Amino acid sequence: MNAALTDKTKEDELLHALLEAIYHKYGYDFRQYSEAHIKRRIMNRMVLSGLEDLVHMQELVLKSETFASTLLQDLSITVTEMFRDPAFYKSLRENVIPVLKTYPFLKIWHAGCSSGEEAYSMSIILQEEGLSDRTTIYATDFNQQVLNRAKEGIFSQKMIKDYAVNYKLSGGKEDFSSYYTADNDNVIMNQSLKKKIVWANHNLVTDSVFAEVNLILCRNVLIYFDRKLQNKVQSLFHKSLMKGGILCLGSKESLRFTEYHDQYSVLDEKQRIFKKKY
Amino acid sequence: MRYQAIVIGVSSGGLNVMKTIFSVLPENFSIPFIIVQHVSPHSENLWIELLNKRSLLEIKEADEKEKIESGKVYIAPSNYHLMIENDKTFSLTIDERVNYARPSIDVLFESAAEAYQNKLIGVVLTGSNNDGAYGLKKIKESGGLTIVQDPDTAESFYMPASAIAATIPDFILPLEEIIQLLIELDIENKIQA
Repeated sequence: MNAALTDKTKEDELLHALLEAIYHKYGYDFRQYSEAHIKRRIMNRMVLSGLEDLVHMQELVLKSETFASTLLQDLSITVTEMFRDPAFYKSLRENVIPVLKTYPFLKIWHAGCSSGEEAYSMSIILQEEGLSDRTTIYATDFNQQVLNRAKEGIFSQKMIKDYAVNYKLSGGKEDFSSYYTADNDNVIMNQSLKKKIVWANHNLVTDSVFAEVNLILCRNVLIYFDRKLQNKVQSLFHKSLMKGGILCLGSKESLRFTEYHDQYSVLDEKQRIFKKKY
Repeated sequence: MRYQAIVIGVSSGGLNVMKTIFSVLPENFSIPFIIVQHVSPHSENLWIELLNKRSLLEIKEADEKEKIESGKVYIAPSNYHLMIENDKTFSLTIDERVNYARPSIDVLFESAAEAYQNKLIGVVLTGSNNDGAYGLKKIKESGGLTIVQDPDTAESFYMPASAIAATIPDFILPLEEIIQLLIELDIENKIQA
C-alpha cells in the first residue's frame, strides 16, 4: 500500500469516528449518507475553521455546541428554489391536482423542505387551483435554523426574478409579484400562502411516521443517502401515504432499487411522480 | 491494472472536442470515462444521445448509485454535481455551485482522486473559466496522470491555461495527440492485465 493510500484509509476511519461521535452526542445521524459528499463538506469546514485534522475536529465538536451547530449547517443541504424544475410543477398541475381535487380534505407532506421555497410554490398552486381551503401542508426539516427562516417567508429580490421565470415555465398564469410584498432587497410572501403551511422539525433518518397524508414531496433529499437508508425512508413514506396517495421525488431519484418499487404505479416517469397502489 | 478511470473536464467548445474524441475511439477501449461538460441548468442533455449515436462506445448520463463499468462513458447530468464514492459508484448532489458551475469539474475531480488515487487519469480541455484547475492539482497530488489540452490549440484557452498554472501536468498536448495517448494507455493497461 502506498503512503497516499494509507493516509486516505486513516482519514476515512477518522471520518467514521467523527460521524459516530456526532450521532452519540447530538442524535444527528449522518452515518449512512453518501460518504464522498459528507467528506467534502467536512473537509471544507476543517479548512474554514483552521483545524489541523479530523482528530481536532472531533474534540471540538464534542466540546462546543456552537461548533456542532455550525457543522450541522454544513451537513444540511439548503440549496433550493421556488418552482425548482418547472417541468415537474407543470406535470403536478396536470397529473396530480386532478387527483387531489377528488378529496374533501387534503394533507400534504413536504419532507426535507429546507428554507421553504418549494412549500410556498405548492401553496401558490393550491390557491390557483382552488384547493387552498381544504388543504394543510406539513413542511418538515431536521434543520431548525432553516425552518425558522422558512416560517418567516422572506426571500431576496435577486432570487425572486429567477423564481418568476420558473413560475411562468411551470404553467403559472398570474402575475408572480401578486404573491408577495416587496421591501427594498427582500420580499415577504403573502399571509394567505403562509397560513396553509405548518412547519415542523422532523428527521427522516431518526424519526418515525409523521402523519397519514395524500401527497408526499421529497425532492433531492434521497440522493444524499446510501441505498439502505433510501429504502428505510421509502418504508416511512409508504406507511405515511394513504392508498392512492401520491409520491413525488427529485428528477434523478427513483424507486427502482427499493423494496417499494412494485407498490406504486407511475403517473409521470420523467418527473418521478408515483401513485401508491390500492 | 494501472488505470481504472479517465475523468474529463470541458466547458465552452466542449461539444466539438467530444464529437472528435468519441468518434475516433475504438470499440474495445476499456477504461471508463467520467465527464463534466458545463451546460445550462435547464439542459435536457439531448446531445448525449447524439454523441452516443456517433460513437462505438456506450455514452450515457450518470445515474445516482450507478456502478462504474469499463468500456462506458458517463456524463454528469445538468444541474447536479457528480461525485465518485470509494466503491466506484456515483453520487449526485445539488450542493452550491462551485466556480459558478453545477456540475463542477473540481467536485468530480476531487472525489475521483479520492476514490481512484493513483489509478486515475485527469484531462482538462477547452473552456473559458478556471473550473478543473484545483481538481487537476488534487489528481496530481494523489499520484494520478494529468493531461491538459495545449491552450494554444484549444477553442477557449482559459481553462487549460488555468490548469497549467495550478499544477505541472504530465502532458500538455493538442487534442489529436491526447486521443492517441489515451489509446496507447488503454492498450498498455490491457497488456498489464
